[in-house]
Amino acid sequence: MDELLKILKNNALESAENIAKMLNISVDEVRERIAAYEKEGIIRGYQAIVNEDVLKMQGVTAVIEVRVSPEREGGFNDIADRISMFPEVQSIYLVSGDFDLLLFVVGNDLREVAFFVSEKLATIDGVNGTATHFMLKTYKHHGVLMESQESYERLKVSP
Amino acid sequence: MNDSKSLPDRLASNLQAVPRSGIRDFFEVVSSMDDVISLGIGEPDFDAPWHIREASIFALERGATSYTSNLGLLKLRQAIAKYVGRVFGLRYAPETEILIAVGVSEALDLAIRAVCNPGDEIMYHEPCYVSYGPLIQFAHGVPVAVPTSVENEFRLTRAALEERVSPKTKALLLNYPNNPTGAALTPADAREIADFLIEHDLLLITDEIYGELSYERPHQSIAALPGMRERTIFLHGFSKAWAMTGYRVGYACAPQVLTDAMMKIHQYTMLCAPILSQEAALEALKEPEEDIASMKSAYLQRRNFLLNSFKEMGLSCFMPTGAFYAFPEITQTGLTAKEFALRLLEEEKVACVPGTAFGPSGEGFVRCSYATSLDAIKIAVERMARFLARL
Repeated sequence: MDELLKILKNNALESAENIAKMLNISVDEVRERIAAYEKEGIIRGYQAIVNEDVLKMQGVTAVIEVRVSPEREGGFNDIADRISMFPEVQSIYLVSGDFDLLLFVVGNDLREVAFFVSEKLATIDGVNGTATHFMLKTYKHHGVLMESQESYERLKVSP
Repeated sequence: MNDSKSLPDRLASNLQAVPRSGIRDFFEVVSSMDDVISLGIGEPDFDAPWHIREASIFALERGATSYTSNLGLLKLRQAIAKYVGRVFGLRYAPETEILIAVGVSEALDLAIRAVCNPGDEIMYHEPCYVSYGPLIQFAHGVPVAVPTSVENEFRLTRAALEERVSPKTKALLLNYPNNPTGAALTPADAREIADFLIEHDLLLITDEIYGELSYERPHQSIAALPGMRERTIFLHGFSKAWAMTGYRVGYACAPQVLTDAMMKIHQYTMLCAPILSQEAALEALKEPEEDIASMKSAYLQRRNFLLNSFKEMGLSCFMPTGAFYAFPEITQTGLTAKEFALRLLEEEKVACVPGTAFGPSGEGFVRCSYATSLDAIKIAVERMARFLARL
């Protein structure tokens, strides 16, 4: 992956000025390349990684395994696209193994998610079965630990 | 009547001749202060990769708590032989020509003691790592520093060597990529130094601990040049490229006669390197490129950031091409290296190491390590700019 993308994946707030210094290129070039990535749809957006457990927010997240029958023409894509349309669905992946699609779904409470699964998801043509797991705690998200561990202190000056 | 000698008088005279480490003094000052941003650290800010740490835990669980062979675990020596062959083009027999030591620090001591007779001169370039001169003195040798300068980007030249060589010269000690300057040798430099050593029939002890951290071109080991193998002790280890400083594991590769000689000292002083560290080192050699690549690219970005920041604040600095140090010149401030470092620390709480800690030819320079997080470097350069503007 391009170094510029790696820097932004690590810290999307890194300024163009700093990135220019890190990559030994001009600020204008950084801005142009970011704009090009955005235009090409390679950069799809910028979000903060929030530790929602600390906010004590109402709401639940469920991880749902879904078994589906692929369609003759569209394979898994058509059904995955259809499920993606629901705003409750945060993420959806096609995976290998005992089931086919892995969903991350949010709702205000258990009932709301249960309703989504039984009334909306399970009733879609081609959905053969679901298994719902409610998330209890987030330890690591997108490579970021949700609780900072105390790091081992290094010497402040060493040869 | 009490005519017994005082304790200091009873110390070994060669030890008394060794001055206290300049870094040590500075360390005491820094340690007494809070909220210091340190560019004074000579070790990676990364933790060792998890699979390496995990392998040492697994080894401990299996009961790896014993001695190993004096030379070190054979499977580790075999892995090292393959690694230095593939990466540096060096050929050493794992059974007889590789010795695992407690870091390159120990390996360096072994190498010097193995070849140095009282009064032998050992040359080394300066500025250099803090232990070179003292280790030669401990071995009753005569340290002969060969100054390098910013005009040559701190690369050692044959002309400088010719000025200092004498009939008593036994060996040259070399460290490129270099701590503290970040300098690296070009292939032409290495060839020139090799020719010098061959013509004067001198030994070479080459500390290539920063070999993997070479940014402009792949590091070329001088040990791989024709005619060098039979006169060279090649030193390397895991501390820098794998961020394994605390594991204390390094190694020496040399023809058997030299390895046997180092072995005599090692077996009676150290016995062997810690087995857990050797197991960790073995794991480190399984996928070395992957471990090193991400850290190396982070160092490179920080180096660029730091050097561009120096430029903006009007601090001149030659472009370091290896290790993780920059060595900016501070003579235009009118301060000595020590004054600069102390005032920067006291006034802005940024720690860097005065160049003089690495020898008199480091005067006029400070060592800034970029083996620290980019966030810390950003704060450090802001403070340095403020400091310089005030001077």
